Amino acid sequence: MSSLWSLIRRDLLLAYRRRGEVGNALIFFGLVVLLFPIGIGASETLLAQIAPGLIWIAALLATLMSLDSLFKEDYQDGTLEQWTLSPHSLVAFVWARLISHWLITALPLVAVAPVLALTLNLPADAIGVLLLSLLLGTPVLMFVGAIGVALTTGLQKSSLLLPLLVLPFYIPVLIFGASAVEVSASGWSAAGQLYILAGLFVLGLTLAPFAVASALKVSVSQ
Amino acid sequence: MQEFFAMGGYGSYVWSAFGISFLIILINLVQPALQHRQAIRDADDFHHQEK
Amino acid sequence: MNIIAKWYYRLGAPNWFYPLTGKMLPWIAVIFLALLIPGLYMGLFTAPADYQQGDSFRIMYVHVPAAWMSMFIYFAMAVAAVVALVWRVRMAEIMIISSAPIGASFALIALITGSLWGKPMWGAWWVWDARLTSELILLFIYLGIFALYNAIENKQTAGRAMSILTLVGVVNLPIIHYSVVWWNTLHQAATVSKFDTPSIHIDMLIPLLLMAAAFQFLYLWILLLKMRANLLEQDLHCGWVKKIIWDRRKAHNGGN
Repeated sequence: MSSLWSLIRRDLLLAYRRRGEVGNALIFFGLVVLLFPIGIGASETLLAQIAPGLIWIAALLATLMSLDSLFKEDYQDGTLEQWTLSPHSLVAFVWARLISHWLITALPLVAVAPVLALTLNLPADAIGVLLLSLLLGTPVLMFVGAIGVALTTGLQKSSLLLPLLVLPFYIPVLIFGASAVEVSASGWSAAGQLYILAGLFVLGLTLAPFAVASALKVSVSQ
Repeated sequence: MQEFFAMGGYGSYVWSAFGISFLIILINLVQPALQHRQAIRDADDFHHQEK
Repeated sequence: MNIIAKWYYRLGAPNWFYPLTGKMLPWIAVIFLALLIPGLYMGLFTAPADYQQGDSFRIMYVHVPAAWMSMFIYFAMAVAAVVALVWRVRMAEIMIISSAPIGASFALIALITGSLWGKPMWGAWWVWDARLTSELILLFIYLGIFALYNAIENKQTAGRAMSILTLVGVVNLPIIHYSVVWWNTLHQAATVSKFDTPSIHIDMLIPLLLMAAAFQFLYLWILLLKMRANLLEQDLHCGWVKKIIWDRRKAHNGGN
Protein backbone atom coordinates (compact mmCIF):
# COMPACT_ATOMS: atom_id res chain seq x y z
CA MET A 1 0.00 0.00 0.00
CA SER A 2 2.78 2.41 0.92
CA SER A 3 4.60 1.49 -2.27
CA LEU A 4 1.43 2.32 -4.17
CA TRP A 5 1.36 5.74 -2.59
CA SER A 6 5.04 6.41 -3.20
CA LEU A 7 4.60 5.46 -6.84
CA ILE A 8 1.75 7.91 -7.23
CA ARG A 9 3.76 10.63 -5.49
CA ARG A 10 6.71 10.03 -7.78
CA ASP A 11 4.52 10.29 -10.89
CA LEU A 12 2.90 13.46 -9.65
CA LEU A 13 6.26 15.02 -8.90
CA LEU A 14 7.57 14.12 -12.34
CA ALA A 15 4.46 15.57 -13.93
CA TYR A 16 4.85 18.77 -11.93
CA ARG A 17 8.35 19.21 -13.28
CA ARG A 18 7.05 18.83 -16.81
CA ARG A 19 4.00 21.00 -16.65
CA GLY A 20 4.09 21.82 -20.35
CA GLU A 21 3.36 18.27 -21.43
CA VAL A 22 0.49 17.98 -19.01
CA GLY A 23 -1.17 20.98 -20.62
CA ASN A 24 -1.13 19.39 -24.08
CA ALA A 25 -4.17 17.20 -23.50
CA LEU A 26 -6.08 20.25 -22.27
CA ILE A 27 -5.19 22.27 -25.33
CA PHE A 28 -6.19 19.38 -27.55
CA PHE A 29 -9.53 19.17 -25.74
CA GLY A 30 -10.17 22.88 -26.31
CA LEU A 31 -9.15 22.66 -29.96
CA VAL A 32 -11.46 19.76 -30.75
CA VAL A 33 -14.39 21.61 -29.19
CA LEU A 34 -13.43 24.69 -31.20
CA LEU A 35 -13.56 22.73 -34.46
CA PHE A 36 -17.24 21.88 -34.16
CA PRO A 37 -18.81 25.36 -34.26
CA ILE A 38 -16.49 26.15 -37.14
CA GLY A 39 -17.34 23.02 -39.06
CA ILE A 40 -21.04 22.84 -38.30
CA GLY A 41 -21.98 26.48 -37.91
CA ALA A 42 -22.35 28.66 -34.86
CA SER A 43 -26.11 28.43 -34.48
CA GLU A 44 -26.74 28.64 -30.75
CA THR A 45 -29.70 26.27 -30.64
CA LEU A 46 -27.90 23.69 -32.74
CA LEU A 47 -24.79 23.88 -30.58
CA ALA A 48 -26.81 23.59 -27.38
CA GLN A 49 -28.45 20.52 -28.82
CA ILE A 50 -25.24 18.72 -29.72
CA ALA A 51 -23.14 20.08 -26.83
CA PRO A 52 -23.45 16.98 -24.56
CA GLY A 53 -22.25 14.55 -27.20
CA LEU A 54 -19.68 16.97 -28.51
CA ILE A 55 -17.99 17.61 -25.17
CA TRP A 56 -18.02 13.92 -24.42
CA ILE A 57 -16.44 13.04 -27.77
CA ALA A 58 -13.79 15.72 -27.29
CA ALA A 59 -13.04 14.52 -23.76
CA LEU A 60 -12.87 10.95 -25.01
CA LEU A 61 -10.38 11.82 -27.75
CA ALA A 62 -8.26 13.94 -25.42
CA THR A 63 -8.11 11.08 -22.91
CA LEU A 64 -7.15 8.67 -25.67
CA MET A 65 -4.38 10.95 -26.92
CA SER A 66 -2.97 11.41 -23.44
CA LEU A 67 -2.78 7.65 -22.94
CA ASP A 68 -0.07 7.19 -25.53
CA SER A 69 2.68 7.97 -23.03
CA LEU A 70 1.22 5.85 -20.23
CA PHE A 71 3.91 3.15 -20.13
CA LYS A 72 6.27 4.34 -22.84
CA GLU A 73 9.05 5.69 -20.66
CA ASP A 74 8.88 2.80 -18.23
CA TYR A 75 9.15 0.46 -21.16
CA GLN A 76 12.09 2.25 -22.73
CA ASP A 77 14.19 2.67 -19.59
CA GLY A 78 13.56 -0.90 -18.44
CA THR A 79 11.51 -0.04 -15.36
CA LEU A 80 8.67 -2.15 -16.67
CA GLU A 81 10.87 -5.18 -17.09
CA GLN A 82 12.13 -4.75 -13.54
CA TRP A 83 8.57 -4.64 -12.30
CA THR A 84 7.54 -7.80 -14.09
CA LEU A 85 10.55 -9.59 -12.63
CA SER A 86 10.30 -8.15 -9.13
CA PRO A 87 8.17 -9.72 -6.39
CA HIS A 88 6.04 -6.56 -6.30
CA SER A 89 2.66 -6.91 -7.90
CA LEU A 90 2.44 -5.59 -11.42
CA VAL A 91 -1.26 -5.00 -10.87
CA ALA A 92 -0.46 -2.59 -8.03
CA PHE A 93 1.95 -0.77 -10.32
CA VAL A 94 -0.76 -0.48 -12.96
CA TRP A 95 -3.26 0.80 -10.43
CA ALA A 96 -0.85 3.44 -9.17
CA ARG A 97 0.04 4.52 -12.67
CA LEU A 98 -3.61 4.80 -13.70
CA ILE A 99 -4.52 6.82 -10.63
CA SER A 100 -1.66 9.26 -11.12
CA HIS A 101 -2.29 9.50 -14.84
CA TRP A 102 -5.94 10.24 -14.22
CA LEU A 103 -5.06 12.93 -11.69
CA ILE A 104 -2.55 14.50 -14.06
CA THR A 105 -4.44 14.45 -17.36
CA ALA A 106 -8.13 13.74 -16.85
CA LEU A 107 -8.84 15.81 -13.77
CA PRO A 108 -7.81 19.10 -15.42
CA LEU A 109 -9.94 18.06 -18.38
CA VAL A 110 -12.96 17.60 -16.16
CA ALA A 111 -12.28 20.96 -14.54
CA VAL A 112 -12.16 22.76 -17.88
CA ALA A 113 -15.21 21.03 -19.35
CA PRO A 114 -17.81 23.38 -17.76
CA VAL A 115 -16.17 26.42 -19.35
CA LEU A 116 -16.26 24.76 -22.76
CA ALA A 117 -19.83 23.65 -22.12
CA LEU A 118 -20.85 27.25 -21.51
CA THR A 119 -19.28 28.36 -24.78
CA LEU A 120 -21.50 25.79 -26.49
CA ASN A 121 -24.63 27.09 -24.77
CA LEU A 122 -25.20 24.00 -22.68
CA PRO A 123 -27.88 24.90 -20.09
CA ALA A 124 -26.23 25.73 -16.77
CA ASP A 125 -28.42 23.21 -14.96
CA ALA A 126 -26.74 20.36 -16.78
CA ILE A 127 -23.22 21.31 -15.76
CA GLY A 128 -23.33 19.48 -12.46
CA VAL A 129 -24.28 16.26 -14.25
CA LEU A 130 -21.62 16.91 -16.88
CA LEU A 131 -18.98 17.10 -14.17
CA LEU A 132 -20.28 14.02 -12.43
CA SER A 133 -20.53 11.99 -15.65
CA LEU A 134 -16.98 12.95 -16.62
CA LEU A 135 -15.70 12.12 -13.14
CA LEU A 136 -17.21 8.66 -13.42
CA GLY A 137 -16.58 8.14 -17.13
CA THR A 138 -13.00 9.30 -17.70
CA PRO A 139 -11.53 6.67 -15.34
CA VAL A 140 -13.34 3.98 -17.36
CA LEU A 141 -11.79 5.43 -20.52
CA MET A 142 -8.40 5.23 -18.81
CA PHE A 143 -8.90 1.63 -17.69
CA VAL A 144 -10.02 0.37 -21.08
CA GLY A 145 -7.51 2.51 -22.94
CA ALA A 146 -4.68 1.25 -20.76
CA ILE A 147 -5.31 -2.28 -22.01
CA GLY A 148 -4.78 -1.06 -25.56
CA VAL A 149 -1.69 0.89 -24.55
CA ALA A 150 -0.23 -2.12 -22.77
CA LEU A 151 -0.77 -4.27 -25.87
CA THR A 152 0.95 -1.78 -28.17
CA THR A 153 3.70 -0.55 -25.83
CA GLY A 154 6.49 -2.57 -27.37
CA LEU A 155 5.78 -1.42 -30.90
CA GLN A 156 7.82 1.19 -32.69
CA LYS A 157 5.02 2.38 -34.91
CA SER A 158 1.72 2.17 -33.13
CA SER A 159 0.29 5.64 -33.62
CA LEU A 160 -2.95 4.67 -35.32
CA LEU A 161 -3.26 1.23 -33.85
CA LEU A 162 -4.26 2.36 -30.36
CA PRO A 163 -7.46 4.21 -31.37
CA LEU A 164 -8.32 1.32 -33.66
CA LEU A 165 -8.16 -1.12 -30.76
CA VAL A 166 -9.69 1.04 -28.09
CA LEU A 167 -12.42 3.19 -29.64
CA PRO A 168 -14.99 0.37 -30.11
CA PHE A 169 -14.78 -0.30 -26.39
CA TYR A 170 -15.38 3.36 -25.59
CA ILE A 171 -18.87 3.29 -27.06
CA PRO A 172 -20.83 2.32 -23.90
CA VAL A 173 -19.16 5.10 -21.89
CA LEU A 174 -19.91 7.61 -24.63
CA ILE A 175 -23.53 6.49 -24.86
CA PHE A 176 -24.25 6.80 -21.16
CA GLY A 177 -22.06 9.83 -20.55
CA ALA A 178 -23.53 11.90 -23.34
CA SER A 179 -27.03 10.70 -22.55
CA ALA A 180 -26.71 11.70 -18.88
CA VAL A 181 -25.83 15.26 -19.85
CA GLU A 182 -28.45 15.40 -22.58
CA VAL A 183 -31.21 14.17 -20.31
CA SER A 184 -30.36 16.61 -17.56
CA ALA A 185 -30.16 19.45 -20.11
CA SER A 186 -33.76 18.61 -20.99
CA GLY A 187 -34.66 18.89 -17.32
CA TRP A 188 -35.00 15.23 -16.40
CA SER A 189 -33.15 13.13 -13.89
CA ALA A 190 -29.94 11.53 -15.11
CA ALA A 191 -29.71 9.14 -12.15
CA GLY A 192 -30.09 5.99 -14.29
CA GLN A 193 -27.27 6.88 -16.66
CA LEU A 194 -25.01 7.90 -13.77
CA TYR A 195 -25.65 4.62 -11.99
CA ILE A 196 -24.69 2.71 -15.11
CA LEU A 197 -21.53 4.81 -15.47
CA ALA A 198 -20.75 4.04 -11.83
CA GLY A 199 -21.25 0.36 -12.60
CA LEU A 200 -18.87 0.55 -15.55
CA PHE A 201 -16.41 2.37 -13.30
CA VAL A 202 -16.46 -0.42 -10.72
CA LEU A 203 -16.19 -3.05 -13.46
CA GLY A 204 -13.22 -1.28 -15.01
CA LEU A 205 -11.54 -0.68 -11.67
CA THR A 206 -11.67 -4.34 -10.73
CA LEU A 207 -11.06 -6.10 -14.05
CA ALA A 208 -8.97 -3.82 -16.25
CA PRO A 209 -5.75 -3.68 -14.16
CA PHE A 210 -5.43 -7.45 -14.43
CA ALA A 211 -5.85 -7.33 -18.19
CA VAL A 212 -3.35 -4.44 -18.36
CA ALA A 213 -0.84 -6.33 -16.23
CA SER A 214 -1.02 -9.48 -18.34
CA ALA A 215 -0.80 -7.44 -21.54
CA LEU A 216 2.28 -5.65 -20.17
CA LYS A 217 3.90 -8.98 -19.40
CA VAL A 218 3.38 -10.03 -23.00
CA SER A 219 4.74 -6.75 -24.35
CA VAL A 220 7.82 -6.87 -22.13
CA SER A 221 8.62 -10.46 -23.04
CA GLN A 222 9.24 -9.71 -26.70
CA MET B 1 -38.24 -17.22 -65.36
CA GLN B 2 -38.46 -13.49 -66.03
CA GLU B 3 -40.65 -13.26 -62.96
CA PHE B 4 -38.12 -15.15 -60.89
CA PHE B 5 -35.34 -12.70 -61.71
CA ALA B 6 -37.63 -9.73 -61.09
CA MET B 7 -38.22 -10.90 -57.50
CA GLY B 8 -41.49 -9.00 -57.31
CA GLY B 9 -39.75 -5.73 -58.15
CA TYR B 10 -36.97 -6.24 -55.60
CA GLY B 11 -34.71 -8.06 -58.05
CA SER B 12 -31.88 -5.55 -58.02
CA TYR B 13 -31.68 -5.63 -54.21
CA VAL B 14 -31.97 -9.37 -53.85
CA TRP B 15 -29.50 -10.22 -56.60
CA SER B 16 -26.93 -7.67 -55.60
CA ALA B 17 -27.14 -8.91 -51.99
CA PHE B 18 -26.50 -12.49 -53.12
CA GLY B 19 -23.91 -11.40 -55.67
CA ILE B 20 -21.84 -9.33 -53.25
CA SER B 21 -22.02 -12.07 -50.61
CA PHE B 22 -20.85 -14.61 -53.18
CA LEU B 23 -17.98 -12.34 -54.16
CA ILE B 24 -16.81 -11.84 -50.57
CA ILE B 25 -16.98 -15.58 -49.92
CA LEU B 26 -15.10 -16.29 -53.12
CA ILE B 27 -12.31 -13.91 -52.08
CA ASN B 28 -12.15 -15.72 -48.74
CA LEU B 29 -11.71 -19.05 -50.49
CA VAL B 30 -9.25 -17.89 -53.14
CA GLN B 31 -6.98 -15.84 -50.89
CA PRO B 32 -5.90 -18.71 -48.59
CA ALA B 33 -5.48 -20.97 -51.63
CA LEU B 34 -3.09 -18.47 -53.20
CA GLN B 35 -1.32 -17.93 -49.88
CA HIS B 36 -0.93 -21.68 -49.52
CA ARG B 37 0.48 -22.04 -53.03
CA GLN B 38 2.97 -19.24 -52.41
CA ALA B 39 4.01 -20.81 -49.09
CA ILE B 40 4.55 -24.19 -50.78
CA ARG B 41 6.64 -22.48 -53.43
CA ASP B 42 8.74 -20.63 -50.83
CA ALA B 43 9.19 -23.80 -48.80
CA ASP B 44 10.18 -25.66 -51.93
CA ASP B 45 12.84 -23.05 -52.71
CA PHE B 46 14.15 -23.04 -49.16
CA HIS B 47 14.43 -26.79 -48.77
CA HIS B 48 15.82 -27.14 -52.26
CA GLN B 49 18.73 -24.83 -51.50
CA GLU B 50 19.33 -26.58 -48.23
CA LYS B 51 19.37 -30.08 -49.73
CA MET C 1 10.74 -31.80 -19.60
CA ASN C 2 8.87 -28.57 -19.82
CA ILE C 3 10.94 -27.47 -22.77
CA ILE C 4 10.34 -30.78 -24.50
CA ALA C 5 6.60 -30.46 -23.93
CA LYS C 6 6.67 -26.94 -25.30
CA TRP C 7 8.55 -27.96 -28.40
CA TYR C 8 6.25 -30.86 -28.84
CA TYR C 9 3.34 -28.46 -28.95
CA ARG C 10 5.13 -26.08 -31.24
CA LEU C 11 6.26 -28.63 -33.77
CA GLY C 12 4.32 -31.78 -33.12
CA ALA C 13 0.84 -30.42 -33.61
CA PRO C 14 1.14 -28.97 -37.15
CA ASN C 15 2.83 -32.15 -38.22
CA TRP C 16 -0.36 -33.98 -37.34
CA PHE C 17 -2.81 -31.23 -38.20
CA TYR C 18 -1.70 -30.48 -41.73
CA PRO C 19 -2.14 -33.87 -43.44
CA LEU C 20 -5.31 -34.66 -41.49
CA THR C 21 -7.06 -31.45 -42.52
CA GLY C 22 -5.83 -31.97 -46.04
CA LYS C 23 -7.88 -35.16 -46.16
CA MET C 24 -10.89 -33.47 -44.52
CA LEU C 25 -11.12 -30.47 -46.84
CA PRO C 26 -12.87 -32.09 -49.85
CA TRP C 27 -15.49 -33.65 -47.57
CA ILE C 28 -16.20 -30.34 -45.89
CA ALA C 29 -16.60 -28.69 -49.28
CA VAL C 30 -19.01 -31.43 -50.37
CA ILE C 31 -21.13 -31.10 -47.23
CA PHE C 32 -21.18 -27.33 -47.68
CA LEU C 33 -22.47 -27.62 -51.23
CA ALA C 34 -24.95 -30.33 -50.24
CA LEU C 35 -26.46 -27.91 -47.73
CA LEU C 36 -26.09 -24.77 -49.81
CA ILE C 37 -27.76 -25.93 -53.01
CA PRO C 38 -31.09 -27.07 -51.51
CA GLY C 39 -30.96 -24.09 -49.13
CA LEU C 40 -30.59 -21.63 -51.99
CA TYR C 41 -33.15 -23.45 -54.13
CA MET C 42 -35.79 -23.48 -51.43
CA GLY C 43 -34.96 -19.97 -50.30
CA LEU C 44 -35.14 -18.43 -53.75
CA PHE C 45 -37.80 -20.62 -55.41
CA THR C 46 -40.11 -22.55 -53.18
CA ALA C 47 -40.41 -20.39 -50.06
CA PRO C 48 -43.53 -18.21 -50.40
CA ALA C 49 -43.08 -14.44 -50.65
CA ASP C 50 -43.56 -12.54 -47.41
CA TYR C 51 -46.99 -10.91 -47.23
CA GLN C 52 -45.45 -7.64 -46.03
CA GLN C 53 -42.03 -7.50 -47.62
CA GLY C 54 -42.70 -9.37 -50.84
CA ASP C 55 -39.64 -11.06 -52.31
CA SER C 56 -37.17 -8.71 -50.68
CA PHE C 57 -37.24 -10.91 -47.57
CA ARG C 58 -35.21 -13.50 -49.48
CA ILE C 59 -32.15 -11.43 -48.64
CA MET C 60 -32.68 -12.88 -45.17
CA TYR C 61 -31.26 -16.21 -46.37
CA VAL C 62 -27.82 -14.73 -46.62
CA HIS C 63 -28.15 -11.83 -44.18
CA VAL C 64 -29.26 -13.77 -41.11
CA PRO C 65 -26.82 -16.70 -41.40
CA ALA C 66 -23.97 -14.24 -42.03
CA ALA C 67 -24.92 -12.23 -38.94
CA TRP C 68 -25.16 -15.43 -36.89
CA MET C 69 -21.78 -16.56 -38.14
CA SER C 70 -20.15 -13.23 -37.35
CA MET C 71 -21.19 -13.70 -33.73
CA PHE C 72 -20.47 -17.42 -33.59
CA ILE C 73 -16.95 -16.92 -34.93
CA TYR C 74 -16.20 -14.36 -32.24
CA PHE C 75 -17.40 -16.78 -29.61
CA ALA C 76 -15.22 -19.53 -31.09
CA MET C 77 -12.25 -17.15 -31.09
CA ALA C 78 -12.84 -16.29 -27.43
CA VAL C 79 -12.82 -19.99 -26.52
CA ALA C 80 -9.61 -20.43 -28.49
CA ALA C 81 -8.15 -17.38 -26.73
CA VAL C 82 -8.69 -19.01 -23.33
CA VAL C 83 -7.05 -22.20 -24.60
CA ALA C 84 -4.17 -20.20 -26.07
CA LEU C 85 -3.53 -18.21 -22.89
CA VAL C 86 -4.02 -20.96 -20.33
CA TRP C 87 -2.34 -23.88 -22.07
CA ARG C 88 -0.12 -21.95 -24.47
CA VAL C 89 -1.42 -23.89 -27.45
CA ARG C 90 -0.03 -22.33 -30.55
CA MET C 91 -2.62 -23.93 -32.79
CA ALA C 92 -5.32 -21.98 -30.92
CA GLU C 93 -3.54 -18.75 -31.80
CA ILE C 94 -3.37 -19.75 -35.45
CA MET C 95 -7.07 -20.51 -35.26
CA ILE C 96 -7.83 -17.03 -33.88
CA ILE C 97 -5.79 -15.15 -36.45
CA SER C 98 -7.23 -17.29 -39.23
CA SER C 99 -10.77 -16.69 -37.95
CA ALA C 100 -10.58 -12.92 -37.56
CA PRO C 101 -10.72 -12.07 -41.30
CA ILE C 102 -13.49 -14.65 -41.83
CA GLY C 103 -15.53 -13.13 -39.01
CA ALA C 104 -14.92 -9.68 -40.45
CA SER C 105 -16.05 -10.94 -43.88
CA PHE C 106 -19.29 -12.35 -42.47
CA ALA C 107 -19.90 -9.11 -40.56
CA LEU C 108 -19.32 -7.21 -43.78
CA ILE C 109 -21.75 -9.48 -45.65
CA ALA C 110 -24.34 -8.96 -42.91
CA LEU C 111 -23.88 -5.17 -43.11
CA ILE C 112 -24.05 -4.96 -46.90
CA THR C 113 -27.03 -7.29 -47.24
CA GLY C 114 -28.71 -5.55 -44.31
CA SER C 115 -28.27 -2.27 -46.11
CA LEU C 116 -29.64 -3.74 -49.35
CA TRP C 117 -32.60 -5.13 -47.43
CA GLY C 118 -33.10 -1.89 -45.56
CA LYS C 119 -33.28 0.30 -48.65
CA PRO C 120 -36.64 -1.01 -49.92
CA MET C 121 -37.96 -1.55 -46.37
CA TRP C 122 -36.85 1.63 -44.61
CA GLY C 123 -36.27 3.81 -47.63
CA ALA C 124 -32.65 4.45 -46.66
CA TRP C 125 -29.40 2.64 -47.31
CA TRP C 126 -28.35 2.91 -43.73
CA VAL C 127 -30.38 3.26 -40.58
CA TRP C 128 -28.72 3.50 -37.19
CA ASP C 129 -30.68 0.53 -36.00
CA ALA C 130 -29.36 -1.31 -32.96
CA ARG C 131 -28.49 -4.50 -34.82
CA LEU C 132 -26.72 -2.83 -37.72
CA THR C 133 -24.79 -0.57 -35.33
CA SER C 134 -23.71 -3.51 -33.16
CA GLU C 135 -22.68 -5.42 -36.25
CA LEU C 136 -20.60 -2.46 -37.41
CA ILE C 137 -18.87 -2.27 -34.03
CA LEU C 138 -18.21 -6.00 -34.20
CA LEU C 139 -16.61 -5.51 -37.61
CA PHE C 140 -14.29 -2.88 -36.16
CA ILE C 141 -13.33 -5.18 -33.29
CA TYR C 142 -12.44 -7.93 -35.75
CA LEU C 143 -10.34 -5.50 -37.73
CA GLY C 144 -8.60 -4.32 -34.54
CA ILE C 145 -7.63 -7.89 -33.61
CA PHE C 146 -6.31 -8.48 -37.10
CA ALA C 147 -4.38 -5.20 -37.12
CA LEU C 148 -2.80 -5.89 -33.73
CA TYR C 149 -1.55 -9.31 -34.81
CA ASN C 150 -0.05 -7.95 -37.99
CA ALA C 151 1.57 -4.98 -36.25
CA ILE C 152 3.65 -7.18 -33.91
CA GLU C 153 6.61 -8.74 -35.64
CA ASN C 154 7.28 -11.53 -33.18
CA LYS C 155 4.44 -13.95 -33.87
CA GLN C 156 4.61 -15.55 -30.43
CA THR C 157 4.05 -12.17 -28.78
CA ALA C 158 1.50 -11.24 -31.40
CA GLY C 159 -0.49 -14.39 -30.70
CA ARG C 160 -0.66 -13.75 -26.98
CA ALA C 161 -1.46 -10.05 -27.36
CA MET C 162 -4.22 -10.91 -29.80
CA SER C 163 -5.64 -13.53 -27.41
CA ILE C 164 -5.82 -10.98 -24.61
CA LEU C 165 -7.55 -8.48 -26.88
CA THR C 166 -10.03 -11.16 -27.98
CA LEU C 167 -10.91 -11.87 -24.36
CA VAL C 168 -11.25 -8.17 -23.53
CA GLY C 169 -13.61 -8.01 -26.49
CA VAL C 170 -15.76 -10.89 -25.32
CA VAL C 171 -16.23 -9.22 -21.92
CA ASN C 172 -17.12 -5.94 -23.60
CA LEU C 173 -19.32 -7.15 -26.44
CA PRO C 174 -22.45 -7.76 -24.33
CA ILE C 175 -21.99 -4.38 -22.65
CA ILE C 176 -21.59 -2.69 -26.02
CA HIS C 177 -24.56 -4.53 -27.49
CA TYR C 178 -26.94 -3.67 -24.65
CA SER C 179 -25.85 -0.04 -24.49
CA VAL C 180 -26.39 0.27 -28.24
CA VAL C 181 -29.85 -1.28 -27.91
CA TRP C 182 -30.64 1.12 -25.09
CA TRP C 183 -29.26 4.09 -27.05
CA ASN C 184 -31.32 3.05 -30.04
CA THR C 185 -34.63 2.87 -28.16
CA LEU C 186 -33.85 6.26 -26.67
CA HIS C 187 -33.18 7.99 -29.97
CA GLN C 188 -35.45 6.18 -32.38
CA ALA C 189 -38.40 5.00 -30.40
CA ALA C 190 -40.65 5.61 -33.43
CA THR C 191 -38.83 3.23 -35.78
CA VAL C 192 -40.94 0.18 -36.34
CA SER C 193 -38.62 -2.65 -37.10
CA LYS C 194 -40.05 -4.79 -39.83
CA PHE C 195 -37.32 -7.32 -39.18
CA ASP C 196 -39.09 -8.44 -36.04
CA THR C 197 -41.17 -11.24 -37.43
CA PRO C 198 -42.80 -12.88 -34.42
CA SER C 199 -43.47 -16.19 -36.13
CA ILE C 200 -41.86 -17.50 -39.27
CA HIS C 201 -43.56 -19.90 -41.61
CA ILE C 202 -42.07 -23.38 -41.72
CA ASP C 203 -41.46 -23.15 -45.47
CA MET C 204 -39.39 -20.04 -44.82
CA LEU C 205 -37.62 -21.52 -41.82
CA ILE C 206 -36.27 -24.69 -43.41
CA PRO C 207 -34.14 -22.92 -46.05
CA LEU C 208 -32.91 -20.54 -43.35
CA LEU C 209 -31.71 -23.42 -41.22
CA LEU C 210 -30.13 -25.09 -44.25
CA MET C 211 -28.28 -21.90 -45.10
CA ALA C 212 -27.17 -21.47 -41.49
CA ALA C 213 -25.77 -25.01 -41.45
CA ALA C 214 -24.13 -24.44 -44.84
CA PHE C 215 -22.41 -21.32 -43.50
CA GLN C 216 -21.05 -23.28 -40.56
CA PHE C 217 -19.34 -25.64 -42.97
CA LEU C 218 -18.24 -22.73 -45.12
CA TYR C 219 -16.54 -21.25 -42.06
CA LEU C 220 -14.86 -24.56 -41.30
CA TRP C 221 -13.71 -24.84 -44.89
CA ILE C 222 -12.21 -21.35 -45.07
CA LEU C 223 -10.80 -21.69 -41.56
CA LEU C 224 -8.89 -24.86 -42.38
CA LEU C 225 -7.62 -23.39 -45.65
CA LYS C 226 -6.37 -20.31 -43.84
CA MET C 227 -4.89 -22.20 -40.92
CA ARG C 228 -2.96 -24.49 -43.26
CA ALA C 229 -1.67 -21.56 -45.28
CA ASN C 230 -0.69 -19.60 -42.15
CA LEU C 231 1.01 -22.62 -40.59
CA LEU C 232 3.02 -23.34 -43.69
CA GLU C 233 4.02 -19.72 -44.02
CA GLN C 234 5.17 -19.42 -40.41
CA ASP C 235 6.92 -22.78 -40.24
CA LEU C 236 8.65 -22.47 -43.59
CA HIS C 237 11.99 -23.61 -42.17
CA CYS C 238 10.66 -26.33 -39.88
CA GLY C 239 11.18 -30.04 -40.32
CA TRP C 240 7.57 -30.97 -40.88
CA VAL C 241 7.34 -28.60 -43.84
CA LYS C 242 10.52 -30.08 -45.23
CA LYS C 243 8.99 -33.53 -44.98
CA ILE C 244 5.87 -32.38 -46.82
CA ILE C 245 7.95 -30.80 -49.54
CA TRP C 246 10.01 -33.95 -49.98
CA ASP C 247 6.90 -36.10 -50.09
CA ARG C 248 5.42 -33.82 -52.70
CA ARG C 249 8.56 -34.02 -54.79
CA LYS C 250 8.67 -37.77 -54.51
CA ALA C 251 5.05 -38.02 -55.61
CA HIS C 252 5.75 -35.62 -58.44
CA ASN C 253 8.81 -37.49 -59.67
CA GLY C 254 7.01 -40.82 -59.30
CA GLY C 255 4.24 -39.45 -61.49
CA ASN C 256 6.67 -38.68 -64.26
